[in-house]
Amino acid sequence: MTAFALRGLLGRKLRTALTAIAIVLGVATVAGTYVLTDSINNAFHSIFFETRAGSDAVISGKSAFDLSGDSGSTAPSFDESLLQKVRSLPEVGEAQGQVNGEAHLIGKDGKAIVYGGAPNLGFSIADGASRFNPLQLVSGAWPKPGEVVIDKSTASKEHFKIGQVIGVQAQGPVDRLRVSGIVKFGSVSTIGGATLSGFDLPTAQHLFEKPGKLDEIAVASAQGVSTPKLVASIKQVLPADTQIRTAKLQSHEDAKETDSFISFLQKFLLGFGGVALFVGSFVIANSLSITIAQRMREFATLRTLGASRSQVLRSVMLEALVMGTLASIVGLFAGLALAKGLFSLFDAVGFTLPNNGLTLETRTIVVALLVGIVVTLLASLRPALRATRVPPIAAVREGATLPESRWARYRLPAAIVLTVLGFAGLLAGLFVSNLGTGQILLLMLGGALLVFFGVALLSVRLIGPLAWTLGWPATKLGGAAGALARDNSRRNPQRTASTASALMIGLALVTLVSILAAGIVSSFRGAVKDIWRNADYAITAQNNFNPIPIAASEAVGKTPGVTSVADVRAGEGLAYGHKIAITAVNPPAASVFNLDWTHGTSTVMAHLGADGAFVDKDYADSHHLEIGSPVPLTFADGTQELLNVEGIFDPPTGGSPFGRVTMSTTVFDSHTEQPENLYSFVVMNGGQTAANQAALDKTLKAFPNAKAATRQKFIDNQISGLSSILNILYVLLALSVVVSLFGIVNTLVLTVFERTREIGMLRAIGMTRRQVRRMIRHESVITALIGAVIGIALGIILASLLIARVDFIVLSLPVGQLIVFGVAAILVGIIAAIFPARRASRLNVLQALQYE
Amino acid sequence: MSETITTPAPARAPDAEPVVTATELTRRYGEGDTAVDALRGVSLNVRKGELTAVMGPSGSGKSTLMHILAGLDRPTSGEVAIAGTKLSTLNDNDMTRLRRQHIGFVFQFFNLLPMLDAEENIVLPLSIAGEKPDKAWVNELLDQVGLTPRRTHKPSELSGGQQQRVAIGRALVNKPTIIFADEPTGNLDSKTSGEILELLERSVRELQQTIVMVTHEPRAAAIADRVLFLDDGLIVREASNISAHDIVAAMEELGE
Repeated sequence: MTAFALRGLLGRKLRTALTAIAIVLGVATVAGTYVLTDSINNAFHSIFFETRAGSDAVISGKSAFDLSGDSGSTAPSFDESLLQKVRSLPEVGEAQGQVNGEAHLIGKDGKAIVYGGAPNLGFSIADGASRFNPLQLVSGAWPKPGEVVIDKSTASKEHFKIGQVIGVQAQGPVDRLRVSGIVKFGSVSTIGGATLSGFDLPTAQHLFEKPGKLDEIAVASAQGVSTPKLVASIKQVLPADTQIRTAKLQSHEDAKETDSFISFLQKFLLGFGGVALFVGSFVIANSLSITIAQRMREFATLRTLGASRSQVLRSVMLEALVMGTLASIVGLFAGLALAKGLFSLFDAVGFTLPNNGLTLETRTIVVALLVGIVVTLLASLRPALRATRVPPIAAVREGATLPESRWARYRLPAAIVLTVLGFAGLLAGLFVSNLGTGQILLLMLGGALLVFFGVALLSVRLIGPLAWTLGWPATKLGGAAGALARDNSRRNPQRTASTASALMIGLALVTLVSILAAGIVSSFRGAVKDIWRNADYAITAQNNFNPIPIAASEAVGKTPGVTSVADVRAGEGLAYGHKIAITAVNPPAASVFNLDWTHGTSTVMAHLGADGAFVDKDYADSHHLEIGSPVPLTFADGTQELLNVEGIFDPPTGGSPFGRVTMSTTVFDSHTEQPENLYSFVVMNGGQTAANQAALDKTLKAFPNAKAATRQKFIDNQISGLSSILNILYVLLALSVVVSLFGIVNTLVLTVFERTREIGMLRAIGMTRRQVRRMIRHESVITALIGAVIGIALGIILASLLIARVDFIVLSLPVGQLIVFGVAAILVGIIAAIFPARRASRLNVLQALQYE
Repeated sequence: MSETITTPAPARAPDAEPVVTATELTRRYGEGDTAVDALRGVSLNVRKGELTAVMGPSGSGKSTLMHILAGLDRPTSGEVAIAGTKLSTLNDNDMTRLRRQHIGFVFQFFNLLPMLDAEENIVLPLSIAGEKPDKAWVNELLDQVGLTPRRTHKPSELSGGQQQRVAIGRALVNKPTIIFADEPTGNLDSKTSGEILELLERSVRELQQTIVMVTHEPRAAAIADRVLFLDDGLIVREASNISAHDIVAAMEELGE
């Protein structure tokens, strides 16, 4: 029986391959995700560990709580005198101080060189030859005062040569430095879009405006001194604002931020792999069902020859196992290729990731194979059980049909129950309060799965009317062929429904994403229009979200025509035991921001002074704050301030432009070592004019990472980031649409095979090859459209539910886009029909009629 | 009705015990006004080593009778016993075991598995039952059905007659108590039909195989030891060692 099952697969190579593609694609996504994220992780970890390779321990400034990387708050630096103290300890062999921060290299166009969201790392290299320096010199020499070394990839992208004088900007105005050398990280081939610039210590202290200060001291122990002993001895001399960690611990600490990013990216991508596999399971289940219906004679014959039901079950499951295994292995390799492709995809949308070659972990192999095989087996179970119900008498009876399962009459109630349960899960996840993140995810995920299953089952009932309606154009366009196509698509509703369901899932998700995005964009536009009603220009970083030096806003304030500049700074603080986002505004903000105040007025912003603050309504509600309530806020430097609530505002639909607590820039700056603006808003005489734009541009020449944008341009810039993310989402969801496309191909191929005699008859009574092709094509398009209509409808429902919960997004239907999706579905149908239609039209009429 | 039911007279081996017995078989399809009685009370015995042909015009119930005798279908009333086992007492698993041990099939459309070669198709019932084929027996069988030179050919590489010979080999391989042949020559030209009939006859004479064959071809029925004529769900006549000519006459009498 075993050998027999395997022969069965070989005997149906085309069918098997078409069915297996669904699994190949799903497994490839899962494997590709692991390979991609492992590779990035590896590259980052080699960067972080190499950076600390020469150190035994690292001293750094201490913040009151863990800071997020891009929060705007940084750990304070400390006095460089500590270095001498540390060096004089007998346990210390070597010690070296370092300062570091964001440092922009200035390109030939006078703008800061920024690749997407990647960091621009600047740091001191006190001694190039020291054990603490992780960089290798590619050419040139280590930097002396007034010099800079830059990384190889930036040098080649920007055509910077040794000896050339380039602009570098960190905290202050642009400095002109001579390129003394080109460097690279030991083993890592690319560090993503990050730029590196290294300076000697005094130059770095000047650039980062940290004279006499250090951010870090790297320490190596003296001969024979263990690291714990070294750490213990240094602890004796450490001032309160510093801390020491072993180098290993420090590199883990350094990696924390990227680790959580990578783990997010991994889960995010795995989600799409899951969707592709889920869609794939529909395709497999459907293809196998059709195949089994066509092999009834074969199974019946086996039964008459003495095969038991369980033998039939085993042989079908064995086929599935072999197919699943082969498909998973192919998918694993396809995953490697996909990881490469994803690297390029992220690169293309300006999100270059560090790359150190592809990493294939054992876990990737195990999970990919396991997931692929298990999904195949689960999807095959129902068709296999159907095969066991084939009665032996089907061996002798023409046109025998499979007996309905005992449970068949419960199919409709079951579909309704599944759908209702699914929606209940979704609603519970969305609206029941006091649920943990895990519970919410479980409810939402489980709910979504049930909804998809339920709707797929329910859709059988919709096939009749939908095919009739959607097939109407076909009868007009395709004549007799079109009319037959419409009838064919209604002939086996179960089959059409399963085929369309695969596409339905992909389109529901695409629709959901596009509606959410449209909602976010339109809410955001509305909010920006409302909030900054009076602002003419916004000053932001080149990449629209990095902080910019305060000096830029000060310079803008002195530009002719500027009447006021409202600054917004952002950071992190600790209040009521939670880390929260905090913001700060200067007095001119009062005339620029237009908020909906539930308590107080916008003049609050002008008079926050040394202890005033305003909060949003939600925050006030959850902590029972009213006007005059004190908010105890701990800053990154460890000091706590009691701020008095002076205003409470209701955040606009597009989201609050502020953190939970907003104070004056005076208070913020007194606790932040190097305060920077997130953005500034400018009001000018005459409003938005070419002359005003030119004046601002002229001022900002000295600040290469800053730019002035009109309010409209500012909105567009903010949204462009969203479109990049959207594009990635669409590409990833397209994968599941491709899987369902193969599902349609497969169904059509099997259907053509099944209708060989019928097609031969049609040809014999005068149907042309063209008409045969048209008939298949129309049936394919009708099936795809059914999937699209149900999918888009379901997507709209799901999006409405989500938006009903999330109060900062308004529901707005991107009608144009939804039409595009419909057209895309038609294209999917046409593409899917190419191969099956060709096969059908090439049938030899005589053979087709004789075929039995 | 009862006068038309004949107690079959043993033709060749009067002392042989019956391997298949059917008593008062009826089969009704559908319900109410649209109900059709395919069998209306058929009793018969099939004795060991005997070739029985069941003849009758279309709609006479001959296929239904064979399906019920072979356990493919269940009678509305009445009982079939094969090798002493009453089929009505068997569940699906018992029925499977009975098929493995006692029943062989030859189909009109051969029903070979396209991906297996001739020899593999022949030994398939043994592999399904998990038994090792006896090499010598398989070789002898291949020789008997005349397929030794084509043992590694796939069904698609064989002619209709050759395919049916594979099917007969497959039916013989586990030496079943009874072989049911359903229109074995229905899909073959007359020359090939002759070869197949000769092979079936030889199986009975030389291998002492018991066969029940449903056919509507007088020439096929003529090789039988005994011919049962069915009409309208009843056995209306029984004849032993009857010639094709007489069979045609009998059939004409039945209105075909």
